[in-house]
Formats: sequence, C-alpha cells, structure tokens
Amino acid sequence: MGSDLVNIEVNGVKLAVPSGQMLIEATDRADIYVPRFCYHRKLSVAANCRMCLVEVEKAPKPLPACATPVAEGMKVFTRSDAAISAQKATMEFLLINHPLDCPICDQGGECELQDLAMGFGRDVARYSERKRVVKDKDLGPLISTDMTRCIHCTRCVRFGQEIAGIQELGAIGRSEYMEITTYVERSVDHELSGNIIDLCPVGALNNKPYRYSARAWEMVAKPLISPHDCIGSNIYAHVLRGTLKRVVPRDNEQINESWISDRDRYSYEGIYSQDRLDKPMLKRDREWLEVSWDRAIEATSSLISSAASGEGDALGILASPNSTLEELYLLNELACHYGCNNLDHRLRVSDFRDQDSDPTWLSLGCEIAEIEQQDGILVVGSNIRMDTPILAHRVRSAALCGASVGFVSPEVYEYHFPQTAYLHAPAETFVSMFVGVLAAALDILGDKPPAWIANALKGINIESEHRETAAVLLNKENSILLLGHFALRHPSFADIRATAAALTELTGSKLGYIPEGANSTGAALAGVLPHRGVGGVKRGDPCGLNVQEMLNSPRRAYLLYGFEPEFDLTNPALANDALSAADTVVCFSPFVTESLLDQADVLLPIATYAETDGTFVNAAGVWQSFNAAVDCVGDAKPGWRLLRALGNAIGITDCEYRSVEDVREALEAKLGSRKSSNRYRGKFPVSLMVPEIGEKVLDVPIYLTDGIVRRGTALQQTQIAQVARQGKSIQG
Amino acid sequence: MSGGSLLSDHTRSEIDRWVAKFPEGRQRSALLSALQVAQHENKGYLTRDIMDAVAEYLNLQPIEVYEVATFYSMFETKPVGRHSISVCTNISCMLRGADDIVNHLEQRLGIKLGESSDDGKFYLKMEEECLAACCGAPMMMVNHQYYENLTAQKVDKIIEKLDKQD
Ligand code: SF4
Ligand code: FES
Ligand code: FES
Repeated sequence: MGSDLVNIEVNGVKLAVPSGQMLIEATDRADIYVPRFCYHRKLSVAANCRMCLVEVEKAPKPLPACATPVAEGMKVFTRSDAAISAQKATMEFLLINHPLDCPICDQGGECELQDLAMGFGRDVARYSERKRVVKDKDLGPLISTDMTRCIHCTRCVRFGQEIAGIQELGAIGRSEYMEITTYVERSVDHELSGNIIDLCPVGALNNKPYRYSARAWEMVAKPLISPHDCIGSNIYAHVLRGTLKRVVPRDNEQINESWISDRDRYSYEGIYSQDRLDKPMLKRDREWLEVSWDRAIEATSSLISSAASGEGDALGILASPNSTLEELYLLNELACHYGCNNLDHRLRVSDFRDQDSDPTWLSLGCEIAEIEQQDGILVVGSNIRMDTPILAHRVRSAALCGASVGFVSPEVYEYHFPQTAYLHAPAETFVSMFVGVLAAALDILGDKPPAWIANALKGINIESEHRETAAVLLNKENSILLLGHFALRHPSFADIRATAAALTELTGSKLGYIPEGANSTGAALAGVLPHRGVGGVKRGDPCGLNVQEMLNSPRRAYLLYGFEPEFDLTNPALANDALSAADTVVCFSPFVTESLLDQADVLLPIATYAETDGTFVNAAGVWQSFNAAVDCVGDAKPGWRLLRALGNAIGITDCEYRSVEDVREALEAKLGSRKSSNRYRGKFPVSLMVPEIGEKVLDVPIYLTDGIVRRGTALQQTQIAQVARQGKSIQG
Repeated sequence: MSGGSLLSDHTRSEIDRWVAKFPEGRQRSALLSALQVAQHENKGYLTRDIMDAVAEYLNLQPIEVYEVATFYSMFETKPVGRHSISVCTNISCMLRGADDIVNHLEQRLGIKLGESSDDGKFYLKMEEECLAACCGAPMMMVNHQYYENLTAQKVDKIIEKLDKQD
C-alpha cells in the first residue's frame, strides 16, 4: 500500500486519502456512512453482498465501495438517487430468501441486516414466491446455527482462512443452493472460533449457551478484562439485571484487536456454577456451619493470629495469579503484619533455584502488538495457541508477514502458518535439545559461550535441526525468544532460562516470558513472592519459602487465596498432605469442593472477576482497571473488601481503604517504578540433568487452567476439552 | 504433499502434472483438474473419501475441496451411473423437441431425470444450461461427447452401443 495521498471528493467533501485504499476505508475514516455486510476491516475484501454500492462520477454503473480503490479526482456520491436506489435494490434481493423471523431471532436488536433493512428496505415485499429453507448445522457446543438466515457474506469463511488459519466452514453449492457448512457433520474447534458469532451480520451464527436468554436491548454492556491469561483481553460483559449473560470482545488494537478466545467468551458460565460458595462457613468439631460475615472475619482473624502471631514463619500464603492487583497487595500487607515471608503466587512453578535472577516481573519483552513486527520469533516451551490464543494469533500474523517462526516444544503442536523450524523432545530431554540450539548458534557465529554454560555444551552434538532453529534468531533486526508455560513449569526452568538468556544475548534478540494467569505481573509488583516485596525489593534474609517449600515442610497454618489446591498446584498429592496436616487452613474461594471441605477450617466466598473492582496488569505491563459488572453470587464479597475487613480485625494500621483506588494508590506510593527489564544478570550453571518429573503437572489443557474455566459447561463439551480429558492433545 | 492413498498412481501423476503448471505454493489452482481425474478414475463420481484424499494430496483443507466439488455441476458428489447423459433442454433444443428426447430416454432407461439406472450403467443428468451446440439442436452430451440433431432412433443406437460396453 503506497503512502502517497490522492484527492477525492465524497458527497462534495474533499478528502486526501492514502492511495491504494478502498473507498470504504476512506469513507469510514471520514465518518461518512456506507452500508455493508461482507466488508470487515480485519478480513480480506470479498465484495459479494453488493450492499456498499455507491455512485462514482463517470462510472456507468454503481461501484462497490469495499472493492473500489480510490483514485485521483474521484467524485463519489453515497447518498445520491443512483446510490440509494442501488442500495435499496440490493437490500430487496437480500431479503428475498431471508426468513424475516426477527421476533424469534437472538440477533434481533443487534442485527446488521435488521438495521439496514430499516434504512434501505421497502415496507412491503414484492416477492410472493416460496423462500428457501436451509437445514441447520451442528457446529458443536459453542455456536448455534439458523442457516436459513444466512446472507452468504462469507465473513465466517474468511475468518477461518485468514485469522484462525484453518478453514473449517465453507460455501458449498451455488446460486440458490449455496450453503455455509462444514459439509461433513463436525464441530468448529478452533480456539478463536466464537468470533464468527460477532462477525456474522445476521442471526445465522449465534452464541449457543446464551441462546434465548435475553434481548440485546435489555442488557447493559460493562467493560471488563478477561481473567484467564496474561494478555488482558478487553471484553464487554453483557449484563441483565445484575447477571452476566454473555461476553463479547471490546476492540483494543494494542491488545486483542477485535478478537477474544473462546475461553474468554464462554468461561463466564463458571460464575453461575452450582458449586459456588455462597455463604461464609466455619468448621467446628468437623461440622460445617454457615456463619455471618462478622463472625467469619473474626474467627479467621483469631485463627490466623493464634497460628502466626510472633511466628510469621508458621504461616504460608498462596494466592492465585488471577487475583486482582489490589487483593494481592492486601495479602502482602497481611503477610508483612505477621512478619511472614512465605507467600507465593507461582502455583505451578517447580524450579526456584535461580529466582534471584528473575526480572521484577516476567515481561513479554515487547508490546503485544509489536509481536507482529518481529522478523524472528522462537517460541520455547509453549503450546502457545492454548497458553495464550491471542498471542498465538499475533505470532501467526508475524509469520504471514514473512517472519521466521520456530518452536522448541515438548511435543508436536499444530500451527497453521509457515514454520522455519520445529524441534521437539519430551520434558526429560528438553533441556539438552534447547542447549543444542545455543551450541549451534555459537558454532555458526564462531563465538565462545559464557563460562557458566560451557560445561553443559560439552555433551552436545550439533545437528542440522539445531542450526535451523538457531537461524530463526540469527541476523534479524527485531527478534524475540518467548518462554512459555511449559518452560516456566519445568523442573529445570533455571537451566532453560539461562540458556535462553545466553542465546538472546548472542543473537541480539529480546527475551520474553509468557507468564501464567491474568495477573502474575501484578502479583510480582504487589510483592506476593517469598524473596521479594512490593516492586521487587529484596525480602527478608533469608527469604521466605516458595510454594514448593511451603508444601514440602508443612506450615502450621495456610491461607489459600482464589484457587483449588487439587487442580492448580504442580503437585496436588503433596499439597493434600501438607494441608491435611496443618492446624489451620483459611480458604478464600469462589467455589466449594469436597476437598476444600475436607482440608479447610474457614471458607470465605470471594467474588469472581466480573463481580469485583480491581486491576490486572498484563504481560506487557499494561495496567487495566475495571469495575464490578454484575452482582455477587450469594453472600460472596469482593476479595479486597474481605482482606480489608480482615486487616482491620487483626489490627493492621492503615487498613482504612474506602475503595480499590485507595488500595492501588497505597501500592503505587510504594512502587519505585512500574517497569521491568528482562535482561538476565544471573550466571546459572546450566546442566543437562533434568530432575525427576514424577507427578508434576507440566501441561494444563486450555479449558482446565482455572476454577472458572473448569466450570464453563459449554467449554467442557468442546472437542478440545474432551480430547484433553482422554489425555491426548488436539487442536482445530 | 503426502497421502492420497485412495488415489491411483495414474491419478497422482496426472495431479502432479497439473500442479507443476502453477507457481510454487499455488497447488490449489490444480484442484479442478485433480477432481476431474479423480472422478474419472472412480467411474464418474466423487466420494467424500476421494475428496479428502485429494485435499490431503494437495495439502488443502477438506472443506476447500468440498466447496469446489459442489460448485461445479460437472462433479458428482453422489454415486451415479457409469455413463452420464445430459440432454440439453434449453431454449433452442426445447424448440427442436428436446422434451421428446428426454421422455424417450426416461422410458427406455426406466428412470427419471436426475436418476441412475439400477444396473449402474446410466445416469440421466439434470442439465441446467445451454450446452452451446444450438445449431445441432436437439442435442445431448454423453460422457463429454456431443451428439446432435437427435431423433429417438439415434438415441436408441447410442444407448445400445453403450450398453454393450462393459
Ligand atoms: S453464516 Fe453469517 S457470517 Fe457466515 S456467510 Fe452466512 S451471514 Fe455471513
Ligand atoms: S460490503 Fe461491499 S460488496 Fe459487501
Ligand atoms: S439450447 Fe441446447 S445447446 Fe443451446
């Protein structure tokens, strides 16, 4: 696309627009309305609906604005008689085979066809022949279909081809017999597939779990941040009388563009799961009692105080990295009050040997949108489509723009874009495979390794795959190495990271992390770490116990915040032993499960992401604050309020926050800087020996990552979830 | 490119020949020809397995193949008789007695337009378009061959001849 400007005139208004643009881009930018169905700014031009016809001077016929490039001196009329009559005629044709069943259509009230029919439709139909009927398709548990309503704009088809990278839907047949279908009965399985619901301009593709449960005009759209990964996708919660009905994307070009993952879209069902904890509960003589909030807070305060007063080390605090920044900060304050350094949010991490070399927080290493501008991306230890679907989409965009993209993975994952290199080996030999890449890079460049890594290099045979993988980062202007969930959870993470650091140093690439959870950045900033306090300042001497140590040498009391020990820790069996042995287990949780009833002494119901105010900081360091969108289920309360009340009860001075803003300000006042540098300053002696993996969980399927997702009924019915349950991995 | 175990060596080498005519990475352009060869090899129609095999061989998504195969009326995606007969019923042919030819064929073969004979030999295809041989109307196309200026007797002869083959 050239950057020269050309002069055009639209409805008498002079515009200077970049040459090469389509007319509709120019009119959109200038806020001049042109109706459309098939055109979408994120998809290729199909020009098949003809709704965007406009009059262009000297052109004998009306032209489609979405497929007509601007040209010097062009005079365009979007509201002239010729334009309007072309648009009206198109509308009449589109409605010939449309069922006009708006009263029973979920899209009613938010339908592009309905809106445009208001503007351009006739009030009386001239068509009295039979309309066609198209059989509905079963696309799986997420998307409902009413294919008779389809107007064949092919947005959904192009989404598959261009954004998902795998065409699952197609247009078969032709003319009146054309149908949008998978042809053979099968579901659409891609992790971004729900976006075709928003793209579909009519009611042909709709949100299946939401079906028939509300009307668009009854709901209020409230902005939220998605709580499932480190991207911080912007979403709207559509709320009906205090209840979340559905989730849709909120445009943010820098973060999620116009897309969200299916996990972000459908997880909300978990908020209304049957096993929400809705009352505070107290265990007395092995019996559970429902108690008032006052009683619960008082009991919690005295339980924790008697366990930890004067001996902070007896307490262990574990928090979900999906908690808000404010909750995490208040947990840190609580720990400080008792002089307890045993707090951690790295629930699935198992190697802490080199934690002092961690950056203040694990950063992506660049802005999310900048991933697309890289010319070399090496993804190490990440099933990136499942870890962070939106980031995977950015990586794919980079690859389609010509970037070299390579993978060092524990197994073969499917990617729908050209890959320069793909190395894979199981956890046991993962480190030596990766060190091989470093060895190859050193060999190609004729460079010497840093001393602390030299030993490991001795045992390496450089193979051609190692060289190909190293080449992904070599001689690049703008390259990045990303360490994903698998790498972060690996018992040899220290070795992997030191190798990654040496490799990026050598090749002049950036080092980036894809941390777990929505807010591990916030957790690090708020000081929910055993070795560092707020802002990364060194904590205690010696530092506190990390999550593994807290479970290996059981504490007298535990405070568990926002997760389920059974599913969210690396080693559930170990956790079970430690928690069963403890005198006191206080658990803040949105859900109640058998094992929590077994292990805990107090259960305090906390709000989920949609029910609380708070802040998530994404992996690129973007702080995103949000307000509660819906009412809390039962008597659950926003966690920050409970922690404040608890703080008051145990006598923490300064615990007088009136709002999350107050909490955030208190944290910010203590924060020197919000920034973090991934530059590695450690000298970890890399070894190829991998400690025993045993029962450790290194791979967590996409729909089992946290308590809310695990309770998303529709998500659990997807092909991805079902296959994951059978212990295999599949991707659409 | 791999797979396509359902495709014969001959089909594969024909597909390769077509793929070679297009730039690298544009093997999708060879799809039409590939389907033609595959359909011919399978006695006149495509099955889902064959389409999947073509998709695999050309490294395309199956749906991309289904789209093309269902779009063009020259491809049959349901089992049909070995010999495909299309009688043109468009204006010129209609004016010159195409309907009688259709009736005659239907009676002789005992099937209606769009059906195949029980012995699997004949398929009376429903032809929608003018076959561009109006000057020889009425006409029909049998296995891609044109027969013009048809009469009932002529049609009988053609059918007899086909009946004797395989
Ligand atoms: S289903 Fe919707 S998005 Fe897909 S072609 Fe039909 S109208 Fe367009
Ligand atoms: S929007 Fe231009 S033809 Fe559909
Ligand atoms: S009308 Fe029959 S060939 Fe043209």
